[in-house]
Amino acid sequence: MNSSYAVPAVALVVVATVLVGAFGLRISRTTSDFYVASRTVGPRLNAAAISGEYLSAASFLGIAGLVLVQGPDMLWYPVGYTAGYLVLLLFVAAPLRRSGAYTLPDFAEARLASQAVRRLAGAFVVGVGWLYLLPQLQGAGLTLTVLTGAPETLGGLIVAVVVTATVAAGGMRSITFVQAFQYWLKLTALLVPALFLVLAWQGDGAPRHAFEEPAAFREQRLVRVQDTVDLKLERPLTVTVSGTVDGRPHDDARLELPAGTHRVTAGTRLTFDRGDPVPVPDRGTSGGMSTSLAASREERPLYATYGLILATFLGTMGLPHVVVRFYTSPHGVAARRTTVAVLALIGGFYLLPPVYGVLGRLYTPELALTGDADAAVLLLPDRMIGGLGGDLLGALVAGGAFAAFLSTASGLTMAVAGVLTQDVLPSRGVRHFRLGTGLAMVVPLAASVLVGGLPVADAVGLAFAVSASSFCPLLVLGIWWRRLTPPGAAVGMLVGGGSAFLAVAATMAGVPGSGPLHSLLAWPALWSVPLGFLTMILVSLATPGRVPAGTAAILARFHLPEELRAAEVKA
Amino acid sequence: MSGFLAGLCVAVLPLLAAGFWLGRRTARPQTLGGLGTPVEHATFETLHTASLAAPPLRAGLNEETARRSARRLRTLLGTDALCLTDQQQVLAWDGVGAHHRTEIMARLAGPLETGRGEAFPLTCDTPDCPVRWAVVAPLTVDDRVHGALVACAPRESAVLVRAAGEVARWVSVQLELADLDQSRTKLIEAEVRALRAQISPHFIFNSLAVIASFVRTDPERARELLLEFADFTRYSFRRRGDFTTLADELHAIDHYLALVRARFGDRLAVTLQIAPEVLPVALPFLCLQPLVENAVKHGLEGKTEKCHIQITAQDTGAEALVVIEDDGAGMDPDLLRRILAGEISPSGGIGLSNVDDRLRQVYGDAYGLVIETAVGAGMKVTARLPKYQPGVHSAARLAPE
Repeated sequence: MNSSYAVPAVALVVVATVLVGAFGLRISRTTSDFYVASRTVGPRLNAAAISGEYLSAASFLGIAGLVLVQGPDMLWYPVGYTAGYLVLLLFVAAPLRRSGAYTLPDFAEARLASQAVRRLAGAFVVGVGWLYLLPQLQGAGLTLTVLTGAPETLGGLIVAVVVTATVAAGGMRSITFVQAFQYWLKLTALLVPALFLVLAWQGDGAPRHAFEEPAAFREQRLVRVQDTVDLKLERPLTVTVSGTVDGRPHDDARLELPAGTHRVTAGTRLTFDRGDPVPVPDRGTSGGMSTSLAASREERPLYATYGLILATFLGTMGLPHVVVRFYTSPHGVAARRTTVAVLALIGGFYLLPPVYGVLGRLYTPELALTGDADAAVLLLPDRMIGGLGGDLLGALVAGGAFAAFLSTASGLTMAVAGVLTQDVLPSRGVRHFRLGTGLAMVVPLAASVLVGGLPVADAVGLAFAVSASSFCPLLVLGIWWRRLTPPGAAVGMLVGGGSAFLAVAATMAGVPGSGPLHSLLAWPALWSVPLGFLTMILVSLATPGRVPAGTAAILARFHLPEELRAAEVKA
Repeated sequence: MSGFLAGLCVAVLPLLAAGFWLGRRTARPQTLGGLGTPVEHATFETLHTASLAAPPLRAGLNEETARRSARRLRTLLGTDALCLTDQQQVLAWDGVGAHHRTEIMARLAGPLETGRGEAFPLTCDTPDCPVRWAVVAPLTVDDRVHGALVACAPRESAVLVRAAGEVARWVSVQLELADLDQSRTKLIEAEVRALRAQISPHFIFNSLAVIASFVRTDPERARELLLEFADFTRYSFRRRGDFTTLADELHAIDHYLALVRARFGDRLAVTLQIAPEVLPVALPFLCLQPLVENAVKHGLEGKTEKCHIQITAQDTGAEALVVIEDDGAGMDPDLLRRILAGEISPSGGIGLSNVDDRLRQVYGDAYGLVIETAVGAGMKVTARLPKYQPGVHSAARLAPE
């Protein structure tokens, strides 16, 4: 792909982000504009900011990649990512705002008056934040590799450095404006190319066979296999090989492969002819973690789908960078309105990635083979339109992708650094906040170097699973159940969230094997969320004496509209 | 393989962190005791137990605090049972023999009346009841009996009587400190009220004079100013809640500045930079307006040319940073330090030290005002407001837009 436009586009996005963040509100105002200067953030602006922060690499690149490889079943991802806000709207948004809590640990302390639960919630915020940062950095690495051929870790390093620098320097002063700007940037970066791509697809005779039959090459195509894979062939296939197939080296030889499984070693180049079906990688044997989730998904599609649905529906409310944005709403009603607007904005955005996924299956089917399916969004403009137009559209998409990494990563880094500064590092202060920022970024950066490519949407799904198993019970029971006790909350979070975390760690470590156990570990939400709820309820019931003293007053504050409360205080 | 290693790290890191944290929590300073003699060790352990029992009692004597401290106190005395009572009932019973509650309460009437300790045998139907004797030591604060500490033992013991008396005296000191805390809170509340009242006479007089001067020449302006005046006084005289939001406080400051500008006209220029993210932050009622008032006073003092005041509120993650800066006469830092320390009473401004005290009271000592000034160099006052603090909630929703 031609990078002469993409690299400046990415640089432009980075610079614009830093500038809007640092100077967005530097325009001084005189007192005559007092009402302008002190107007609270409206629901629409705040919703755009929340959406901007929320739409991460998983949304921008990952969903299209998954749809490309695994078909329309993966549409549950965008549905789940959006529906999470519906649950948030129904159960959490307004009471959370009225609680006055800025972060999840704050909420735990406000509701349960317990420092221990606060610390535990802080630990989970850090854990979820790190799990969520990891795919952002990997996505950045992938994007830069596809654009320029740079090493995998460079993109992640760039995002990490930029984000750490701006956050630590006290930047992101006008974070609401930055994030709202990023949302519209991301939407544009997907929408405009999508329109052109659909036009190109129309011009191509609008082929419709995306999922009915196995994907086929539409023209002669050279594919370089990056990781060793086993290819399963239904029918004999003739390809030109330059590399190692089935242990035998070939040099630009025309080879007839019989039906069956063939091992293609990393680095081999295969040239397929027009009309050849795209061979399917055999996931069970090729090993590696990028395939482990997919394997269990193929074995138990129903279980995997339900696990995904539960994790995304209930996990959104526990995402640290989403929760802090609700504080900006002036009151509970505004928080609800904001959530409704978020649903609209995000729902609109998520119509686009599946389009890229379907077109990717038609025009870049070989990505399923090389394990770089996440790059489909980036490659499509060049592949389908080509020329200067394709380059420019590709640059736009690349810029949007970087906006996705930067906005989500900076929001997460701020949330994690805030918790580290407040609850972990010995004393508060600006210097400790900088230290916290560094710490917040170093760990996922190191992990992203060590851990190879888990598909970004799957990695984000794991973060959702942990969040759903720890924070969802805390928030829902904390807001709606007056008999929750500090020990109950602590044990529930530890058991639910902790078990989900261990399952995720085992999955990421690529614990070998398949079968039911592996599926359970790969999609933990289905058992860990009920486990968290159950433990929290049972332990709370077992410790009735520990219900915090002010519970009734606190719940009244959560649920009564602010005007009523004011009237009550006045009376 | 590297994937496996990394996953292992991911799994092990939180465990390590949890272990470290647990270790720090449970590492008792006792380990240091190994360095000294057994006597030193015992002394140290006793002091440690006493220090653990102190914090709950600092909140006063009630069921919750009694329950949390009774266990430590029993360890301190080494008895089988210990109970804490107030004037009417048993607040907490730690140890065996809780069926003696009513009996003890009945016998306590005398000691609670006289404030003198005593020891008496307990009558019990249970043949193997482990507690036969009760030692009563009253808890007194300022010569008033608040309750009693009762230690129960299998037999009478002079040592226990002495020890119970000493522990009761120690508990009484803690309760006195709790009393002191309470009166300090009351004092600060009174100060807030004083601050509210303090605005009025001086400021009301000036404002009304200004408004009067406009009544003939510019009735429309006079009407607007009267409305500003009404809004400002309504805000500062309101009685509900100790906390407000930054948005409301800024609106009050706006009304205040409108009135001041009517008086000084072009001599006063104000610049604002407010990050909208921090407007919902809750903060103590009327704690920024005095700072602005101060800046106006300093800025216009002994100067004929223009004075410039800058108000900024920034979002810094978990805190809001509010800076109020003027380019006026400034102040001698040493004088200011002594005013803030309460060594000399200021001529005009109770404002700064009062705001400083209240911020420290609400958010802790790390959150006092930071003031940068020198004679002739203006003054810059910085306040840090945490976005969340337990117990800090604004009373009402933000001003309608």
